[in-house]
Amino acid sequence: MWSGVLVYAENYGRGLKSSVFELLGKASELRTRLGGLVYSITLASEEVDVHAEELIYYGSDKVLVYRVPKELLPNQLVHRDALVDSVKALKPKLVLISATPWGRSLGPRVAAHLKTGITADCLDIYVDENGDVVQVRPAFTGNVIAHIKTLRTPVIATVRPKVFPMPEPDHGRKGDVLCMKLNIPGNDVAGVRVLGVAREKLVKLSEAEVIISVGKGLRSREDLRLFEELAKALGGQVACSRPLVDVGWMERDRQVGFSGNVVRPRIYIACGISGAPQHLAGMRDSEYVIAVNTDSSAPIGRYSDLLVVGDFYEVIPKLVERIKELKSKL
Amino acid sequence: MNIVVLIKPTPDVTKVRFDVERGVVDRSSAELEINQFDLYAVEVALLIKEVLGGSVTAVSMAPPQGERALRDAVARGVDKAILLTDGRFAGADTLATSYTLAAAVRKLGGYDLILCGEKSVDGDTAHVGPEVAEHLNVPHAAFVTRVVEVSSNKVVVESDYGDAYYLLELQLPALISLSRPVVFRDRVVEPRTPRLGDVLKARRARVEVWDAYYLADVADLEGFGLAGSATRVVRVFNVFEKDRNSITVSGEEGVDRILEVLRSRRLV
Repeated sequence: MWSGVLVYAENYGRGLKSSVFELLGKASELRTRLGGLVYSITLASEEVDVHAEELIYYGSDKVLVYRVPKELLPNQLVHRDALVDSVKALKPKLVLISATPWGRSLGPRVAAHLKTGITADCLDIYVDENGDVVQVRPAFTGNVIAHIKTLRTPVIATVRPKVFPMPEPDHGRKGDVLCMKLNIPGNDVAGVRVLGVAREKLVKLSEAEVIISVGKGLRSREDLRLFEELAKALGGQVACSRPLVDVGWMERDRQVGFSGNVVRPRIYIACGISGAPQHLAGMRDSEYVIAVNTDSSAPIGRYSDLLVVGDFYEVIPKLVERIKELKSKL
Repeated sequence: MNIVVLIKPTPDVTKVRFDVERGVVDRSSAELEINQFDLYAVEVALLIKEVLGGSVTAVSMAPPQGERALRDAVARGVDKAILLTDGRFAGADTLATSYTLAAAVRKLGGYDLILCGEKSVDGDTAHVGPEVAEHLNVPHAAFVTRVVEVSSNKVVVESDYGDAYYLLELQLPALISLSRPVVFRDRVVEPRTPRLGDVLKARRARVEVWDAYYLADVADLEGFGLAGSATRVVRVFNVFEKDRNSITVSGEEGVDRILEVLRSRRLV
């Protein structure tokens, strides 16, 4: 019967996503209630070493590696075929996929293929008193939280990165690695041809530890220098709310919010951001939030640990100055 | 080029009330409008039609009041609007929703390109587009930030994979789900504002209404609505703000406090 947890280890040619290890940690925890094994499946090109051992150190009992030609690795339909193949072979109760853009595009194709349910962008997964898997996810631009059960098997969920803690690897852990083959018709798999990387991302905000975010209080594009300086001093990244992307001053890669990036840094400094629901949905889970705003009643205040009432054009330069002073004393 | 645009009529999430007791949206609390992300799909469809000719058909699955969103689409220039509405469609999760939309597209027949927004402002799954593509067994690209080129048999797009933007060539028929902002060729797409005359005309335009039985020859009725759904919402909560011990300070003290926080976290 259906048992165990299968973790899809995302790799489309740029290495394993670190969020895969978070999924393995959760899978090991859930397995004690669900029974069965922790499996992982990954795809790799024939030319490079795979990270099968690493997947075992982080909790996999069995790793399925599908070898495919390098040029097909970024083709999602090849991953669909491999994941469907592995689900049919292993019959896991639960399939976990990282809720990256790639995962949120691949997961639903696999679910629809298997005619089963999929829950998007989960913040938690637990097993209830009946032994059922319950998936917890936000909806309505983050305004409500829903608990969802899947009536069919397997249960498929995409999980938001950085929600589950990174487990400690056990380098002595043993497991099985199986090499799998896929029947691939040609380079143009089912009508999709990957022509290559169009553009690199300027920044991966979802991975940033410190974010300095600026809103429409910014008077000119040149003033962004102010924030870049602070970001550099703190080893962080500059981000923004939607208006600055709409006027073309900042790239989409730096937009925090529902229609941008969802972030969870250790420190989030919101400058001149009032706190529209759209923006809050992208940053409300940050570890520590500092808001700098002239309006003490702005909604962002309720989501902040520290609200500094003042003009960021005064506060931020002073802050940069003080940090420089501190550093020069070292 | 026959283009289908999938539109989700959604409430304005800043105005809508959520009935936590019943676990459903209080639909009477806000009127339904075109999902923000789908506005870009409508616009890109119209831009492609300007280049290649053909027709644009808008399809929605919604309660009867979803018609309002479709009339908005007609005012913007869509040629034909179809509302899938039936009690049997109600309670659908993404699997049943995508199955129903795919059935309608199959019923329409002769389509080349299906466009939709990357996700909806209420459901926020981003799953329906790729699931429709799977039901129809056509290629798809999700989180598309640029439509580079489109011709009668293929479309080239930039898709956000997470680590980078990849260039994909899809054979038609295909489905693409569009991000915001999105570029068509070299132009940043901005949804047009319908002209008053077109809005008035759209009020009288015909919106075709299809029910479950109308799709019986292309789908299994058991696949619709709650019966066809593989998931159930068991509990719903309003999100209350995390209990942050908010401290409010001003002026010079603000800078001191920020420095304290940064220092305690060893960032300076």
